[in-house]
Amino acid sequence: MKTSGAGAHDTGGVHTDPSAISDLTDAAAHENSSVAPDGSKVGYRAGRTLPIRVELARQLRRRRTQLVLGFLVLLPFILVVAFELGQASPNRRSGGFVDLATASGVNFVILTLFVSGSFLLPMIVALFFGDTIASEASWSSLKYLLAAPVPRHRLLRKKALASGLLSVFALVLLPAVALLVGVIWYGAGEAVSPTGEAASFGSGVYGVALAVCYISVHLFWVAGLALYLSVSTDAPLGAVGGAVLASILSQILDQITALEDLRDYLPTHYALAWADLLSSDVDWSQMARGTFSALAYGAFFTLLAARKFARKDITS
Amino acid sequence: MALSSRFRGRWSLPALVVLVALVGAVVVWARQGDDPPPVTKRDAVIDVPESPDSDRAIQLDTTLYLPERTPAPAVLLPHGFGGSKDSVATQATELAQRGFVVLAYSARGFGRSSGQIALNSLDHEVRDAQKLLDWLATREEVRTDAAGDPRVGVTGGSYGGALALSLAGVDRRVDTIAPVITFNDLGQALLPNAARTDPVDTTSPSPGAFAEDGVFKRSWAGIFFSAGLSGGDLAGPGQEAQEPGQDNDGQALNDASAANTAPQQQGAPRPSGPVNGACGRFQADVCAAYTDVATTGQASARTLEVLRRSSPATVTNRITQPTMIVQGEQDTLFGLDQADANARQIAANGAKVKVVWYSGGHDGGSPGPDLRGRIADWMAFHLDGKGSDPGVGFEYTVVGAFRSSGSPSLRNVIAPHYPGLPGGDPVERRAVALADREQTVVNPAGGNPAAVSSLPGLGSALSRSSSISSRLSIDLPGQAAVFASEPFTSQVLLTGASTARLRVAAVPGQPVPAEGAVLFAKLYDADANGVRTLPGSAVAPIRIRNLPADGTPVDVTVTLPGAVRPVESDHRLQLVVSTTDQAYANAAQPTAYRISLASPDLSVPVVAGVNATSDVPTEALWGIAIVLIVCLIAAVVAWFRRRLAADVDPDLAGVPLVISGLTKSYPGGLTAVKDLSFRVEHGQVLGLLGPNGAGKTTTLRMLMGLITPSEGEIRVFGHRISSGAPVLSRIGSFVEGSGFLPHLSGHANLRLYWAATGRPAEQAHFDEALEIAGLGDAVHRRVRTYSQGMRQRLAIAQAMLGLPDLLVLDEPTNGLDPPQIHQMREVLRRYAAAGRTVLVSSHLLAEVEQTCSHVVVMHKGTLVAAGPVEEIATGSGEASFRVDQPEEAATVLRGLVGVHGVAVDGEQVHASLNGTPRAEALQALVKAGVAVDQAGPRRRLEDAFLELVGE
Repeated sequence: MKTSGAGAHDTGGVHTDPSAISDLTDAAAHENSSVAPDGSKVGYRAGRTLPIRVELARQLRRRRTQLVLGFLVLLPFILVVAFELGQASPNRRSGGFVDLATASGVNFVILTLFVSGSFLLPMIVALFFGDTIASEASWSSLKYLLAAPVPRHRLLRKKALASGLLSVFALVLLPAVALLVGVIWYGAGEAVSPTGEAASFGSGVYGVALAVCYISVHLFWVAGLALYLSVSTDAPLGAVGGAVLASILSQILDQITALEDLRDYLPTHYALAWADLLSSDVDWSQMARGTFSALAYGAFFTLLAARKFARKDITS
Repeated sequence: MALSSRFRGRWSLPALVVLVALVGAVVVWARQGDDPPPVTKRDAVIDVPESPDSDRAIQLDTTLYLPERTPAPAVLLPHGFGGSKDSVATQATELAQRGFVVLAYSARGFGRSSGQIALNSLDHEVRDAQKLLDWLATREEVRTDAAGDPRVGVTGGSYGGALALSLAGVDRRVDTIAPVITFNDLGQALLPNAARTDPVDTTSPSPGAFAEDGVFKRSWAGIFFSAGLSGGDLAGPGQEAQEPGQDNDGQALNDASAANTAPQQQGAPRPSGPVNGACGRFQADVCAAYTDVATTGQASARTLEVLRRSSPATVTNRITQPTMIVQGEQDTLFGLDQADANARQIAANGAKVKVVWYSGGHDGGSPGPDLRGRIADWMAFHLDGKGSDPGVGFEYTVVGAFRSSGSPSLRNVIAPHYPGLPGGDPVERRAVALADREQTVVNPAGGNPAAVSSLPGLGSALSRSSSISSRLSIDLPGQAAVFASEPFTSQVLLTGASTARLRVAAVPGQPVPAEGAVLFAKLYDADANGVRTLPGSAVAPIRIRNLPADGTPVDVTVTLPGAVRPVESDHRLQLVVSTTDQAYANAAQPTAYRISLASPDLSVPVVAGVNATSDVPTEALWGIAIVLIVCLIAAVVAWFRRRLAADVDPDLAGVPLVISGLTKSYPGGLTAVKDLSFRVEHGQVLGLLGPNGAGKTTTLRMLMGLITPSEGEIRVFGHRISSGAPVLSRIGSFVEGSGFLPHLSGHANLRLYWAATGRPAEQAHFDEALEIAGLGDAVHRRVRTYSQGMRQRLAIAQAMLGLPDLLVLDEPTNGLDPPQIHQMREVLRRYAAAGRTVLVSSHLLAEVEQTCSHVVVMHKGTLVAAGPVEEIATGSGEASFRVDQPEEAATVLRGLVGVHGVAVDGEQVHASLNGTPRAEALQALVKAGVAVDQAGPRRRLEDAFLELVGE
């Protein structure tokens, strides 16, 4: 009637069974509507709303999550193919990250982290965190979650936690696949650091694991910013893009040497501090500063996001 | 609340600007504290005797740099060869900022100072410096140890460093010295011979053989001499060496500034001193010595005497002051062996000696800011007792293989002490087996073409990209013997000078030059592909006098150039012995030699140490702790505030919904809902009726806790609604469109939604709800494929999950077809009948009339009417009659008992019958001959509503 084609098809095949109403009203009549002291239905507990596994299930079934994770699995293979196609001499022992990439499996992981560190990894974190609230707002499902009710602080926390788990999973997945690919192609030899130090395979893997931990912590600032943008806008693209843009801007400013030590205040300034882990005696000072910088920025934006979300009028 | 939200909206941008400005101000303020203390400069010309017993005076051009606070210890700062007091201005300022009185001066024969260059002669330059110490002692700004004895340290690079050593040796008043990239024995520096037949003491990392009859280091000597002629600072490293932790881009800036200042130095006006032709400003004996060695390639006794007199080696046995020896790893002029000799000779006197090898040198650059800072630390401790004891550790810089944009990455390694000094352990030496095979090498006539190892003087241009310079080396076929090791199985960090035993023999029938066999030994690091790197670009020249012409071999110990090089696994070390080298005076006579190894082992020094790490980053750790504590406090505060938010009115516990004084106004003056109050009782189906924009949806959003009311409150079963209030679990809602995850099926959406509520699955009644939706198999398709009506029905089913006590539906029949609308009405009525309460909004009067028991009419955010639909619709016994004669009919009705309020409205006549049955009134009208077309209850609701909508 209202719509032709699809509408006619819909209404043709699907119709409410008249007995359905009786079933519902019977159920309603028999349902013992008991109420807890806080005014909620018995069975509802704020602390049980939006369990993390539910949020993960909601996110993991999304095509974009699957595509991102798939790409991360694919990237090391793309790099291997690139190295195989190129004329790079195999098993080089000197040069930069890129030259050293084929020295051993661990070096290949280091290269992978190095090339993805400036753009890909911040983008993935920005995607998971920036998209999380804004996409719900854009689907209008946010209001139903809040009216369920999932308390706002809990919704934000659980969604941030799920995004964090996905981000960490992505950050671990990439080096893990790279390590596997690297070991298969380039062997489990000594890891050669750009400063010319050699480390055994085991300590190299340990260093890479610590590097992944550092990268995860360091990208907290991107997560905080993306989360803040995510609660500020109903457009997922705006939130993700804004965070990525901020990261790029910070990297551009970091290139301007005239800013001198003002650059220390840039959130991306310590992005590659994990390279210090590749040396035998690790200098933790840069990483400590990077951790502080990331935590300070991340906490600032996260608190801002929580405050904004707690007071925001949901109109989507 | 309204005020604050308006404040936020209007002031957020200015507030942001103010915040940014504040942060900027704090940063600027914080940086102002770092401003270096002021330094004042005073130029002075100081007269010194031209020679020890001369009456004639020459003038030394000096600048005194005064720190903020005086009196203070002094630092004498001589400059490098070819420079002037201006070339040390940066370091002088830095030292003055650290609190020293700094005296920089142009040595005799340089800059604006008069006199002639005597090459740091003990009788000339060293005495000049002593006069400057006398002068310093008279200055009230300088702290003194005794009358005429200033508290003074001496530091300087290259030529200036040698002066520091010599001065410390002859003058007890010098309290400490820090010679940088300088020599021990100028004769060995310019005419080195790295081979001895007798054993070499190899207890220290970088010993030099320092044998007699060296091979003339032609190119460097020429550059040195011309620097004295022209005043150009060719001999000094033109730029700073890179330091660990230093950014490449930062280095680029330094390079740029160095490039800018260089022409000024070279273009400095020539002083009006005597210039005697080809000798420039050199003293005659120095000039003659250079001419002698440059023309013959050999040093005469007189020349050697001139060089000896200029060498700190003559006085090092008298140096007892604490000494910090800084030497460069990229230095083909004054190698690490010179620093090694200085360290050993000074330490033998019992003096405190600290040795630092840094990545620069004459080929690699002068010390960078960090190293200059450490020299200042040394001075501060030994002159002023300030700071921690720099100790006697041995520090060296490892130049990594990584070279992004041409500069290597570096790390500093610290060992507890310089090995081989008195009281210390000898250096660890590893034996690396070389493949021995006798090889014959040919010396070409005239020593040309020659192998290339380094390009002295091009340091400034090339050393930056040490990848280029260290791979520049070329060995000519037939001129070089190669002895390679097996590939290394693990990394070895070569630290210093390796030594090898070579067996050299003349080829019978070939002549042996009168001046002896000249050979050059070098040690390459060759990677698995055979790409070779010559660490430090340095070669060790060898001259073997009296090589038997009959082919009897001579065994010599060769000290290879000192270097720091991490030799990776799979790499080999390659000992190459060639007959020629571009940088040296080669043997002119064509001949050939047989070279083999006297000992198969290369002795490689290794100094174990730990990487220099910065101090524990306490401020960063404190910062991390503070951030975490702030987050914790914020979480706790938020938790308490949420706990306090609960608000219950037990009197209203049985009332599904009470709205009182509800107002929502937005910043900018728009008021969506104004002072709305109504009440919904148990079992009602309440219609919220109003045209679009009446504020219905805003009210429902406030009911769901999505929007915070500006004023007033909503209570559901007595509980005040706020965001996330637990009582919301008793409400099922569908407001302004469906909200589903498009990538999931309808079924999965409902399941996940219910899972998100955290309530038990058996409370959901999925089957009943899905039956109401009536989607059939389509429920397993993705929601993005649904039509508007399907989504609508699924959303209503979602609202019904858990059989809520209050069902809130916003325009539920939008997008449904008539049979479905009919069914929906049925559902709502019967659901309310089953003991629930339903709130439906609509902009259609008919919809509300047919579905609802009660109605609330809204317009422009305010309540217009509220009550049971019947009551509102019919009024209190009012009736309308459509008649042909309205005036007539009115008269008749007024005549009836109890009837009042009769009004004529076109064809219609309205009257309040007030208990009189409508039929009776009808009868009276008919009797009076009025034709009644239509009679019924007056539809006041419609009137009111149409009026509103019609506006």
